[in-house]
Amino acid sequence: MKLNQINLDDVVTILSVDKDASIKRRLFDLGFIPGEEVKCVLMSPAHNPVAYEINGSVIALRGVDAHHIEVAYERN
Amino acid sequence: MREIKVALVGTPNVGKSTIYNALTHNHEHTGNWSGKTVGVSKGECEYLDTLYHFYDLPGTYSLISKSREEVVATDFIVFAEFDVAVVVCDATSLNKGIGLVLQTKEICKNVVVCINLIDEAEKKGIHINYSLLEERLGCKVALVSAKNKKGLDELLMAIKTSKEQAYLDVDYGVLNETIRDITKTIQTSKYNPKWIALKILENNAYYIQQFKELGIIQKEYEVSLDYDVHLEVVLHMSKRVKDILKDVVTYDNVHYNDKMRKIDKILTSKIWGIPIMLLLLFLCFYLTIVGANYPSDLLFSFFSSLEKYIMMGLEAIHLPNILVDLLVNGVYKTLYWVVSVMLPPMLIFFPIFSFLEDLGVLPRIAFNMDHTFSKCKACGKQALTMCMGIGCNAVGVTGARIIDSKRERLIAILTNVFMPCNGKFPSLIAIITCFFVGFHHTWGSLLCALILTGFILLGIILTFLVSFVLSKTILKGEPSSFTIELPPYRMPKILDTIFYSIKNRAIFVLGRAVKVAIPAGVLIWVIANVYIHGLPILNYLINALNPVGFLLGLDGVILLALLLGFPANEIVIPILLMCYLNSSTLIDMDNLNILKDILVSNGWTIKTAICFILLFMYRFPCSTTLLTIHKETGSKFYTLLSVLIPLSMGIILCLLVNYIFL
Repeated sequence: MKLNQINLDDVVTILSVDKDASIKRRLFDLGFIPGEEVKCVLMSPAHNPVAYEINGSVIALRGVDAHHIEVAYERN
Repeated sequence: MREIKVALVGTPNVGKSTIYNALTHNHEHTGNWSGKTVGVSKGECEYLDTLYHFYDLPGTYSLISKSREEVVATDFIVFAEFDVAVVVCDATSLNKGIGLVLQTKEICKNVVVCINLIDEAEKKGIHINYSLLEERLGCKVALVSAKNKKGLDELLMAIKTSKEQAYLDVDYGVLNETIRDITKTIQTSKYNPKWIALKILENNAYYIQQFKELGIIQKEYEVSLDYDVHLEVVLHMSKRVKDILKDVVTYDNVHYNDKMRKIDKILTSKIWGIPIMLLLLFLCFYLTIVGANYPSDLLFSFFSSLEKYIMMGLEAIHLPNILVDLLVNGVYKTLYWVVSVMLPPMLIFFPIFSFLEDLGVLPRIAFNMDHTFSKCKACGKQALTMCMGIGCNAVGVTGARIIDSKRERLIAILTNVFMPCNGKFPSLIAIITCFFVGFHHTWGSLLCALILTGFILLGIILTFLVSFVLSKTILKGEPSSFTIELPPYRMPKILDTIFYSIKNRAIFVLGRAVKVAIPAGVLIWVIANVYIHGLPILNYLINALNPVGFLLGLDGVILLALLLGFPANEIVIPILLMCYLNSSTLIDMDNLNILKDILVSNGWTIKTAICFILLFMYRFPCSTTLLTIHKETGSKFYTLLSVLIPLSMGIILCLLVNYIFL
């Protein structure tokens, strides 16, 4: 599942970030690193961009960018 | 006296600039959003027989990336001469900060960690075991609450007593062996060989070139690994951060952000998001209009009462009459006109605006508006530059540096003038009051603010339209990515906000306006007082402009005033009055009733007023903004475009109003 497909208040874990995405480095900097937990906290009026809580900060991403991030619901 | 050079490093929104300001009393403006500092600023402070030189680097999330701020910051840490690097962290999200600390410790040997916002962390129930952190990091940790000026002395002491440490040695797992092999081939005592090896491994062309030029990298490396080097680096770094912070940070109450989220949900909701933003804009205008009226009149009568004394003084030192006339009726009059019209609204508008900025509202506006910008193939951060443009277009143009993509930055710069700046408000308000609201309306100010908001709305629509057209033509391209941090709301210190926004912004903008008002005053005096064949130059100019003026629903006088207002938007209406009344000096407009009478007797109707407002709002950027655009784009072509685009929009709108609608 991709990060842009999750619903408001969902908590997921990042599995991977698209290797070839031009925004990869920026995503890493912002904390979108495999193994980290992400929560979808806020939708903009048009539901794009969407804001995610990661590592204690809130970061907004556009759908196309969030699409580069593969996530899964936590298993335990 | 001992001197220490200190580099201030930190992620955006940690209050780095606040610390810098508190220490150096330099007071650059801080805002609660990322990318406020783009260049490196320098300031000094003296404490206990030591002179500290501070270098405030742009906020950066990491020292690994390639965005503009990051390169500026990394370059400084790697190559500049300084003694201590202070990494400022946010106590409420220590994770991010410690990552940056580790990256800094890989590059530089003397690091002090400064943890800011400790009060806020305490309030949110976040506890940090500082001595354990100090032990694990192997460097000094200073606790600060910059807003309340707490812990700054301790920070200075920590900087002074900090000793050199070993470079940080991170375990990069599968990369270790290759790193070791490359490190062996690098000879340097000034830089960390391991960090250089990492850059070679990452195939970072920029730093490879830099170190080649320094003679430190002497051969070509053919490294091909099956791993994603960047991912490995990031993963191991983040593991190290987690190890360090294990048991260091504990939370009382994990839901400390709930209240803020509730506010955010309303501010960004589908129904309320956009209306609330417009309401905020309207409120800003309303307060400005209501508050500025009286002080403006007061300043005006004060300055004009000084006029005769200045004249007497100048005559007393036997200056030639013509020079006295030039200085008093040309320069002084223009000058005080600009000051009394501009100063009061700025003193009200800028603090309100700074308050919203410090509170953290601006990133939410960008968040709400990004979708429309992405449809125009532009960047949501353009919304931030537009907000700044309402304060001053030159500031908005410079602020466009926060946009990473060059194409999107140019769009933001070229469209910034569609947001009318503060200097235009008083004239707009005067014309709106005269022709749309009337004078004795109970809800006058309210209605006036409403109409003004409407015109701003038109500016926003034009911004979108022009951005879209630019993206399809001259600045063709797809939108790049958009990421923005929504920082927690932080209640600013009201008095500080008022004081610094006046000191840094209002006085700055005013100073610039005064500088251009002086030559403008001379020019206006010359064209009104130099006669050719018995008529002042002014009359010839007006006659020449009349045909074009009539075409646009205006007249030659209005066009001339708009042209002469190029250095400062505030003097457009005074010039207008001067021409209508055949006077050789600017006319005092102490009463809007008189203004309306003069305008109406010269043929103004509501249609003229609308056309005037449109062309006044959209003609060309003022001289300062134009210079800034040239500086920022480095291109004559884009500077010219920044004139042609608004000018053609203004003319088209005037023609439309003149020939189709009315």
